[in-house]
Amino acid sequence: MKPFDYRSPADAAEAVRSVAGDPTAVFLGGGTNLVDHLKLGVVEPGHVVGVADLLSAEIEELGEGGLRIGAGVSNSELAADPRVRERFPMLSQALLSGASAQLRNMATVGGNPLQRTRCVYFQDVTTPCNKREPGSGCSALGGWTRNHAILGASEHCIAVHPSDMAVAMAALKARVRVLGPDGDRTIAFVDLHRLPGDTPERDTVLEHGELITAIDLPAQPIARRSAYRKVRDRASYAFALVSVAAALDVADGVVVDARIAFGGVAHAPWRAYRAEEALRGSAAAESSYRAAADAELADARPAEGLDGGNAFKIPLLRRTLTAVLRDLAREDR
Amino acid sequence: MDTEITVQVDGVPRRLTVDTRSTLLDVLRERLAVTSVKKGCDHGQCGACTVLSGGRRVLSCLVLAVTQDGAQVVTAEGLASLAAADDGQLGDDLHPMQRAFIDCDAFQCGYCTPGQVVSAVGMLDEFARGWPSAVTGGTGAPRLDHAEVAERMSGNLCRCGAYVNIVSAVHQAAEASSAQRTAGTESAG
Repeated sequence: MKPFDYRSPADAAEAVRSVAGDPTAVFLGGGTNLVDHLKLGVVEPGHVVGVADLLSAEIEELGEGGLRIGAGVSNSELAADPRVRERFPMLSQALLSGASAQLRNMATVGGNPLQRTRCVYFQDVTTPCNKREPGSGCSALGGWTRNHAILGASEHCIAVHPSDMAVAMAALKARVRVLGPDGDRTIAFVDLHRLPGDTPERDTVLEHGELITAIDLPAQPIARRSAYRKVRDRASYAFALVSVAAALDVADGVVVDARIAFGGVAHAPWRAYRAEEALRGSAAAESSYRAAADAELADARPAEGLDGGNAFKIPLLRRTLTAVLRDLAREDR
Repeated sequence: MDTEITVQVDGVPRRLTVDTRSTLLDVLRERLAVTSVKKGCDHGQCGACTVLSGGRRVLSCLVLAVTQDGAQVVTAEGLASLAAADDGQLGDDLHPMQRAFIDCDAFQCGYCTPGQVVSAVGMLDEFARGWPSAVTGGTGAPRLDHAEVAERMSGNLCRCGAYVNIVSAVHQAAEASSAQRTAGTESAG
């Protein structure tokens, strides 16, 4: 690890000034991803600016059932909050399916969406990677692709975003409050992460020095009937092969509305707008759920690889979405 | 680059100068000789380095020591009675969780054990607060069945495969502490 200077500013504004004015500076939240990257040499900052203790650790009411979650709230606290469990069950479930209890105690709501891909080539500095070193090539193409993207990937990068929380936040139409050197701005959560295109080194639309200060969850009755299901290679403490966050509103056997997002399949949480569109007005039935999955997965492109590739994710995701919707439709209100 | 910090470790304030790159794990082991805290994977994947910081279980391999200035850290060694802490010596009384691990033969090689014990203590506190896990259904309070213990302890890996007895030990300690609460005494852990 290269030497770095550590600062713990008095407030968020000072932290932003500190990082914005120094291209080699980074924010440190819970550290669960950044400290690992410091050890691996994935990032080599000159300055580390601790922010975990100076961001709000409160969950406030926004009115009509919405919530404002301070960026300093831990994943554990957010998952356990009774309001979140009741009003946004998919979010609590997504948080609890991520990492281990120790990591959830450390991880912060502001840092979680900014964690980086667990693509093994990104984490191995001895291999080419366009995300870590633009223009160096992509070692995942034709390599080990089990954990890689089937939607929205490019010839430059097939890595997936690892956060479970972010999938639920995208489905819930959350909004990200950001403090930058020029002041505040708010970004729709679904616009926070980028698809790789030809600049896979940029995970998000945030500029250097911009700090997430809170995430707002707008009131939305549909979210009360929602769930998150994660499929992985072991029962717990593993990243998603595929995951589904879904909310469903059914009346008289017909789907009135749906909110769906996928994890483990794209460079960003994947909002399944086509599936939602296919479901609206359809019978709350197995055939509708499969048709919705097919509509969304029509453009899926599996990656070939040394390990047999990841084409298995397409039927796996279709079955997972179908099962989640079936369970939600069955729930008594 | 060096920074001075003060950390309370197992009830004893320790003032020291650390390189900003040092993890809490390395400071505990290499500087303070608290070798019960184990370095397993050193990348947040195994749980052997679990300690309590501010009462919460965390992975000391992913915590920069500079962020712990003023923190209260408890390791497996500190779970034992601190009755004799006046002279900096740990007491002989085992924590109920440590006693349960012995009673249930909940270790094989023992390398993961300190992390398991600390994690289990933190876990029972989280459970007592009503915190759910991924296997807790609905919005009610969880019940501490086998699935709950297994899920909540899944951040601590045991390569010997002693999970079965670890679950038994956690149950024994949970019963001991709930019996203690019922009896009106302060809960250990």
